[in-house]
Amino acid sequence: MTPTATGVNRPSFAWAAPAAVFFGLFALLPLVLVAVLSFAHWDGLSAPHFTGLDNWRTLFDDPVMLKSLWLSVLLTALGVAVQTPLSILLGVWAAGHQRNRAVLSAIYFIPLLLSAAAVSVLWRAVLDPNFGVPAHATWLFGEGNLFGEQGSAIGVLVFVSAWQFTPLHTLIYQGAARAVPRVLYQAAQIDGAGRVRQFFHITLPQLRNSVITSTILMVVGGLTTFDTVLILTQGGPGTDTTISAYYMYQKAFKNFDYGTASTIGVLLVLVATVISLIVVRLSGYDRMRSTMEGL
Amino acid sequence: MSKRRLREPVSERRLRGRVSNSRTNYLAGFGSLIWLFLVGLPLYAMLVATFQSRADYAANGPLALPKTFTLDNYIRDFGNGFGQYFLNTALVTVCVVGIVVLLVPPLSYAIVRSRSRTTHMVFRLFLLGLAIPAQAVIVPMFYVMSEAGLYDNLIGVILPTAAFAMPVCALILSGVMRDITPELYEAMTMDGASSRRVFFQLVLPLSRSGLSTIIVFSALQAWNGFLFPLVLTQSADTKVITMGLYDFQTEHGVDIPGLLAAVVLSMVPILLVYLFARRALVQGLMGVGGK
Repeated sequence: MTPTATGVNRPSFAWAAPAAVFFGLFALLPLVLVAVLSFAHWDGLSAPHFTGLDNWRTLFDDPVMLKSLWLSVLLTALGVAVQTPLSILLGVWAAGHQRNRAVLSAIYFIPLLLSAAAVSVLWRAVLDPNFGVPAHATWLFGEGNLFGEQGSAIGVLVFVSAWQFTPLHTLIYQGAARAVPRVLYQAAQIDGAGRVRQFFHITLPQLRNSVITSTILMVVGGLTTFDTVLILTQGGPGTDTTISAYYMYQKAFKNFDYGTASTIGVLLVLVATVISLIVVRLSGYDRMRSTMEGL
Repeated sequence: MSKRRLREPVSERRLRGRVSNSRTNYLAGFGSLIWLFLVGLPLYAMLVATFQSRADYAANGPLALPKTFTLDNYIRDFGNGFGQYFLNTALVTVCVVGIVVLLVPPLSYAIVRSRSRTTHMVFRLFLLGLAIPAQAVIVPMFYVMSEAGLYDNLIGVILPTAAFAMPVCALILSGVMRDITPELYEAMTMDGASSRRVFFQLVLPLSRSGLSTIIVFSALQAWNGFLFPLVLTQSADTKVITMGLYDFQTEHGVDIPGLLAAVVLSMVPILLVYLFARRALVQGLMGVGGK
């Protein structure tokens, strides 16, 4: 490889090969296999055998599956509705110049550092019906068990996810809010626009792309998260918080019905892929630009 | 760049006065105080609980100021195997970071500099990888690892964890490498440098910030990983700390001080990194969201 007059020395494919092989083996191969297994019956003991579309048919006749899809959508939508306004407010605030801001933001980001397991275990303990806060604050939580009713159990799940992930979205909005050109605010001030109008007419429109990115992250995350459900509610009471991802886990590792579980997995991948294709389009990853803007 | 924003002239700031400057900040500041409370309260309850005996905790309730102080919960956790889980998690983390650091920089270099069509296709595949939720592939992962004889083996956890950290790392690092000006490459090539010399003497030194970001990101993924250990390990010898927490909760859920002490133990290393490498960590956290 000698440099030519027109070009410079470029690395060959060999530089990418080790990573490509590794990624292919441990991420793409399982992805292919999940598609294959979705058309097979496998109990984990005997070899898998093909059953055509059986799994798909079983799933669409399964009331628990249909309910789990509805619950996934509900939890995701509630998550977006709670986290988006909250993180926009916090992000815009954190982008400013207040005193103590750095210290406070440092505290705000702590939930994001913790594993989903730690967060869920922590909240399960704090909200424990016998030893937790509800037992000592019945004026706020009532006498019942928060995990004993569908409404409050869903409330807990939405709250805990918001507690854990709002900092991430706050970071995204903070970066975006900092990148808003100062001139726009100065112009608005000269025109006599107050802070509230500035927020709605300058800040929000300028955050449009971040709203898209962050919403899609919430949707993909919301559709696939199940560790929170596993630790906080085990899908209960009954199947009242059994979202699709958790149902998949149950099918596979509790009922040893790996085929049907794979089918649910494929469904999840399909949904997530469609959504992230939209991300790639809207956020401009495919234009191969620097992604560190605004940081 | 946005950080070094142009400051408005002093006269203009004085003209506007303090009132208009701080008015909305009251609202947002109030909201942020509520958030501070929401974040701080459970963390406070957690810390306080870990320093009390079970009986004291049950009597005092989660929010009371502690009247006694004991380290028993932490000592008991170590007796119950958390020392071993800690070592297992550390081993997984080191190996995952090692794999990522070995494989991703050359990959990103090729993505940024190569003109070959294959490399371009590989980049597309990694972008696709951003979209694969790890949850969706746990069944075939279980199948592959069982067939490979790696079930209930930490290697079986390390390999997929590293693979699933790679797309984001490649995206972050190639973003940083793309910011290296073409003139520098040309200058080095003029001097007759090979791809390999360009990589080691130009690209690597100039992408140090990106390297620390991907190290922190992959370490965080490995340390906090729950899904792969959940389905790929079983015995106490291969238990990582998140699994330790989960099992602790299902088996001795009523020992809340002991449980929360274990949660605190699982957080300590990350909080230490947060103290000393905040910038890299925050950028790594942005990576958690796929950004």
